[in-house]
Amino acid sequence: MKVKIFLNGEKIEMEINPLKRLIDVLREDLNIKSVKEGCGEGECGSCMVIINEKVYNSCLIPVGSVNNKKILTIEGIENKKILKEIKRRLKDEFQCGFCENGMLISLYALFKKKRKPNKEEIKEAISGNLCRCTGYQNIVNKLKIWKNS
Amino acid sequence: MEEFIIPKSLNEALRIMSEMDVEPFAGGTDIMVKYRYDKPAKPFLFIGDLKELRYVKDDGEYIRIGSSTTYSELLENRNIDKIFKEIIKKIASPSIRNRGTIGGNICNASPAADTLPFLYGMDCEVQIVSINNSRFIPIKDFIISPKRTLILKNELLKEIRYKKEKFNKYFYRKIGLRNANSLSKLSFFGCARIKKNIIEDIRISMGAVSPVVAREREIEKMLLGLDKKGLNSIKEEIIKRYEDIIHPIDDQRSTAEYRREIVLRILNYFLENIYII
Repeated sequence: MKVKIFLNGEKIEMEINPLKRLIDVLREDLNIKSVKEGCGEGECGSCMVIINEKVYNSCLIPVGSVNNKKILTIEGIENKKILKEIKRRLKDEFQCGFCENGMLISLYALFKKKRKPNKEEIKEAISGNLCRCTGYQNIVNKLKIWKNS
Repeated sequence: MEEFIIPKSLNEALRIMSEMDVEPFAGGTDIMVKYRYDKPAKPFLFIGDLKELRYVKDDGEYIRIGSSTTYSELLENRNIDKIFKEIIKKIASPSIRNRGTIGGNICNASPAADTLPFLYGMDCEVQIVSINNSRFIPIKDFIISPKRTLILKNELLKEIRYKKEKFNKYFYRKIGLRNANSLSKLSFFGCARIKKNIIEDIRISMGAVSPVVAREREIEKMLLGLDKKGLNSIKEEIIKRYEDIIHPIDDQRSTAEYRREIVLRILNYFLENIYII
């Protein structure tokens, strides 16, 4: 099937098996390595991407269903002010880092939608990102005192 | 043969279903896990993006929800009751709620499906359509047993509707291992309309303690018209009646004993606190 996506602002057209998971298309066909496969069942959030402004687990999405949609990964938002600020605040927080990209995607989508989320909203935003070493508390604490610049 | 068919309209989807054997695919949050290692036997029919299936309407009498409406869309819609939103917020995580649909939750017919206790409590009906037919069925008749519904091969679930009824007491508990991304060990939904301490109406439904949601109008009727004292005098009997209708099982998430014990304790709590909830 012919699938057209707008990946990090770039229009990409490809002839591809529509059932191939978006995570596999990104990693294998498009060299996007920031999306990681943890559980492959939508539980861990390390494959998180933004599609048309909302977050999704790319392991649960057949690429045929995102035809004509806008997809963002870390690679496409690296230079965005919001992401830079999130990363600055979370500097040295992540330990092993496996969940980091997924967490950053979830947080970026949240802050993009709402500049001053409260503690509960931050917690909810990363509730689908499984972290087993850094913990959530530091991330929430470092971000809740966000000063609007 | 196409493995992933994307119809442009509901009519086209129904026409395809009348001509060939396909598996409807809305959000796919369950399907993608199911077919992670196995090749699907039938082509998927992608109905997740059909606008005709993504809506929430209030027509004065009913709240009507299109089957491919996602949990996130329900949370954002002002026509959806506060209690239903509280229930939905406890389902999975934001990214799954952006994708998972209410129709999928119903058609998968899992005993642990989190929207079902509420929908049973609201006497919800589902609209089943095919290319030349449409019918409304009460949800309690639609779901036959775990993973089995009345839907035929050429039919789609189009709409979920429930009457706008006013209750002044709402109560919901979900028991799972953690707040996000946990499947229910069991769940409990109760609501009531109480005026001057008299129970005018009451609904009680329990999830994941039976093959299908446990709700029994006959038991609820025993509570109608009762005041505090009356309720207290038959409380034990009511609990006993519910104990008789539930059939919890042991599985990877919990044990039959735990489920029975906890759901009856929650029932007890609900009945004891119904006036102050």
